[in-house]
Amino acid sequence: MESWRNAKALFAGVGFPPAAWLLVFFVVPLGVVWLYSFGTNTSLTEIEISGTFSNYARALDPLYLGILWKSVLVAAATTVICIVVGFPVALAIVFAPDRWKPWMLLAIMLPFWTNLLIRTYALIAVLRREGYANQAIGWLHDSLGALAPLVGLPQPGAYEPMELLYNNFAVIFGLVYVHLPFMVLPLYAALDKLDKSLIEASLDLGAGHLRTLLLIVAPLAAPGIVSGVIITFVPALGAYLTPDLLGGPDSQMIANVIERQFKRANDWPFGAALSFILMYATFIAIAFQAMKNRQAEARQ
Amino acid sequence: MAENPIIEIRNVCKRFGQVTAVDNVSLNIMPGEFFVLLGPSGCGKTTLLRMIAGFELPTEGQILIDGQDMARVPPNKRPVNMVFQSYAVFPHMSVADNVGYGLKIAGVGGAERESRVREALELVKLDGFGARKPNQLSGGQRQRVALARSLVMRPKVLLLDEPLSALDAKLRAQMQFELADLQDQVGITFITVTHDQDEALSMAGRIAVMNKGEVAQLASPSDLYEFPANRFVADFVGSVNLFEGKLTLDEPDRAAVDCPGLGKVYLNHGVTGPHGADVWVAIRPEKIQLHVPGEGKAIRGAAEDAPEGHNFARGTIKGMSYLGDITLFEIRLESGAMLRVSRPNMSRRDQEDFTWDDKVSMHWRADSPVVLLS
Repeated sequence: MESWRNAKALFAGVGFPPAAWLLVFFVVPLGVVWLYSFGTNTSLTEIEISGTFSNYARALDPLYLGILWKSVLVAAATTVICIVVGFPVALAIVFAPDRWKPWMLLAIMLPFWTNLLIRTYALIAVLRREGYANQAIGWLHDSLGALAPLVGLPQPGAYEPMELLYNNFAVIFGLVYVHLPFMVLPLYAALDKLDKSLIEASLDLGAGHLRTLLLIVAPLAAPGIVSGVIITFVPALGAYLTPDLLGGPDSQMIANVIERQFKRANDWPFGAALSFILMYATFIAIAFQAMKNRQAEARQ
Repeated sequence: MAENPIIEIRNVCKRFGQVTAVDNVSLNIMPGEFFVLLGPSGCGKTTLLRMIAGFELPTEGQILIDGQDMARVPPNKRPVNMVFQSYAVFPHMSVADNVGYGLKIAGVGGAERESRVREALELVKLDGFGARKPNQLSGGQRQRVALARSLVMRPKVLLLDEPLSALDAKLRAQMQFELADLQDQVGITFITVTHDQDEALSMAGRIAVMNKGEVAQLASPSDLYEFPANRFVADFVGSVNLFEGKLTLDEPDRAAVDCPGLGKVYLNHGVTGPHGADVWVAIRPEKIQLHVPGEGKAIRGAAEDAPEGHNFARGTIKGMSYLGDITLFEIRLESGAMLRVSRPNMSRRDQEDFTWDDKVSMHWRADSPVVLLS
């Protein structure tokens, strides 16, 4: 590998196009939006960059803070459920016979290859009143109900379909469904590297499976858990499509509010301020995590 | 012996799919014994050890520890502890936390745990290392942590899986002595798995040599070396010259084997094999004495210059390998067969006595060869 010092022209040639691409299509628009967040609407289409902080001040209104807080809660719930569901899945793949592993990983990644919109509409088909979930539960209800008189129980009434869609449950369900692979893959990577004899040593020293999991496996998989949490929590916090399609009137998340500012409300400066509050929060969280990591490394 | 075995292995088989890893093994291991399972890789020794620890279940047969059937006892409930080949020291815990892990799980509280951890660390000569992290230790020290972590549990049996294989040669020799001392000190039964015959011979009270899932021989180190039961053991433990032959004479106090490669080999004891049977003669390289033809102690009436009652052969030196303490010779016999002879260098100029293509005479005692029926 040549040092970039010895081949400046080559490195400039290879590095320039992507750098320019990022600059023109990412950094510049982001800068524009950032500037908007300090602006005021002067007419329907004109924004004056007046350097005001009033957009940020408005974002601190309890209404918006409430939605932001709720978004954090929904994203946190999503992340926790993803860990609880994803950890056993990752463990199962790690301990599966070698010839099954690629297929199990494929099954985890398969949803990636389908458009998010299509996946979300499929969820609607599953969760709606006449959806597959209600049909299946209704069928169970009816067939068990038919058996009830045989064992001396009263015949239950007709099945009342559950409201599974257009509420917070649907949003979290949808977010977990979308983000589970992001959790499973880093967990799998961390657990797969784990020396299996450490688990055996723990069992050998008298620990049961649960304590081995908590005292040995989880601490050693911590880096995987942390990266899983970050790449699940951050996109879940900014989720737009899932709450938009699966949520009810009270399950809006911050991204839905932002979208409305840019479109229906036509208040770009306020939308920009809300967007950047989300970004600042994310950056602070990641910086905090990095700082913790460095402290942990320094202690060792 | 009135004592009951601490571990009884009864007709144990272990199959992985089509592969039989352990094939009908029965062994009794006595309390306080230093027992070694020796064999080449893939012979089933590690599988057998893991079945004692509980990480594998026998396909057939029974394992009893201290008289109790272990069929339904999981590894965390067995009165045995294991030192893993990779040591498996928990990297996120300090040395003291590693050693105290099992006690903490068992609910042994603060002060007692601390003092037992300190004792265990002293036992393995790691006093003062308690606060260190495993990544600050050398391989040998990590192994001591693994040892202390198991010994602190006061198990009935300590299982060691290739305990010395990851150490360099000097450290390995030192640890062989230390392990034997340690075992003396704590009085716990040790069962060690190794593929290294030196390790096995130097540490073990008894050795079970395993081959293809079966026990090829169970004996003390010296019996194993001097009286191997079959060609596999003779060849695997130490170095050996093997010659095929026919048993032509077999009486209570003498026997003779006619080997096409070596000539007639006389023994001063009986063999109790079928007359005319195909047998193998095994002779260790160090049991053969080498000298310049005509300079041996010529015995009156003997056809050759060898002491009376000794076997005799002649050949040409075709290879020499000077190892410092001994020199190894590859000698081509008159029959064309090769014979390996080792000779201690008892004085500084011994290695100059012979050189390539020298004609040499060899002789060995009539009780040196071993006749093997299988």
